[in-house]
Amino acid sequence: MDGIHDMGGMHGFGKVAPEKNEPVFHARWEGRCLALNRAMGAIGAWSIDEGRAGIEALPPEVYLASSYYGKWALRLQNMVVARGLAGADEIAAGRALRPDNVLNRKLQTADVPRTLTRGSYARTPQSEARFKVGEAVRAKNIHPPTHTRLPRYARGHVGVIEAIRGCHVFPDSIAVGAGENPQWLYTVVFDGRELWGETSEPTLKVSIEAFEPYLDAVKDL
Amino acid sequence: MAGHHDDAEQDASELSEMQLRVRALETVLTEKGYVDPAALDAMIEAYETKIGPHIGAAIVAKAWNDPEFKRALLADATKAVQSLGLISRVGDHLIATENTPAVHNMIVCTLCSCYPWEVLGLPPVWYKSAPYRSRAVNDARGVLADFGLSLPPDVQIRVWDSTAETRFIVLPMRPGGTEGWSDERLAALVTRDCMIGTGLPNSPQEMA
Repeated sequence: MDGIHDMGGMHGFGKVAPEKNEPVFHARWEGRCLALNRAMGAIGAWSIDEGRAGIEALPPEVYLASSYYGKWALRLQNMVVARGLAGADEIAAGRALRPDNVLNRKLQTADVPRTLTRGSYARTPQSEARFKVGEAVRAKNIHPPTHTRLPRYARGHVGVIEAIRGCHVFPDSIAVGAGENPQWLYTVVFDGRELWGETSEPTLKVSIEAFEPYLDAVKDL
Repeated sequence: MAGHHDDAEQDASELSEMQLRVRALETVLTEKGYVDPAALDAMIEAYETKIGPHIGAAIVAKAWNDPEFKRALLADATKAVQSLGLISRVGDHLIATENTPAVHNMIVCTLCSCYPWEVLGLPPVWYKSAPYRSRAVNDARGVLADFGLSLPPDVQIRVWDSTAETRFIVLPMRPGGTEGWSDERLAALVTRDCMIGTGLPNSPQEMA
């Protein structure tokens, strides 16, 4: 989706403003919001990429005006309602009006340690990797209206395969309910001038983690 | 209400929209039996007290003192960090990338906020902000300047955009004047930002 979330290379957002001695959370609700989102993911309400797609689905003006955990709160509310896990009427009322748990699962304290460790997204390859380290590839010029992890700034540009990271769950598939559809994952490194033109910092190199379906072979380099 | 730090003690009228929204979500999801609030407490406590950049700092210090560990870390950071026993089990797909006099590494997630939580804790606000996410990939030296960092003009700036489930940690260069230092002493020089690539480790003089 060519959304506001795909920010790489945009102008106009100003300086980075680091905060000295920043607390982990700036308000109590931020911690509750983080934990609720993680909890729902941990009991299988949605996958990590479905969750990202939920953030990307926020209207751009809401996305830009909301704090980080504010976006998480809106995503949680939207997805809980969209998936029928709770009703909009219940969230408006601030209490459950029906005692149903459609997942029939509950996140308990004993489950917490496993939620603190990331899961594995590597899967057994069903075929050989198409590209080799050192090979030139072109990122495809694609504009799917659904979730993708190929950033706009890389599309159409030529980079070099630097590493093969194994075969991983394919975000573009799982985010639309089309299964894990595992694909080879590569680190592809681009020269700054290839991405940004002659005015690029000459010393800049940028890499993305690119799934095989994002890439075409470049024969003539 | 002066003197009250727990928002549960405040009047509803004083709660912000987000506080109210999140409270409603927690109540509904708890009453429907999806979550136990005690489990949420435990998660929050872990991120506030147990999981943070001190874990990454211990990894970096160990790599500075132990060439064998450094080799293992750069070859397979997931496996190498696992062997330290600092955390119950590190998540998969951790990649360590080494700064050298010729190359400075910097980590970003332009699409969302991907960050190596298990070794650095939760990301700071600036890491998730539009200025960092937009500029890291095309104005890396400008971003470093925002952090007060200026690198020699011939140093290559290598930016890693975390666009998949691989996660990155920068292995900074060991500061001079630290020969013979213990892992613990070295770890005190390792800042969060130097493991993201927007800073350098503290120098021994700064610590004196």
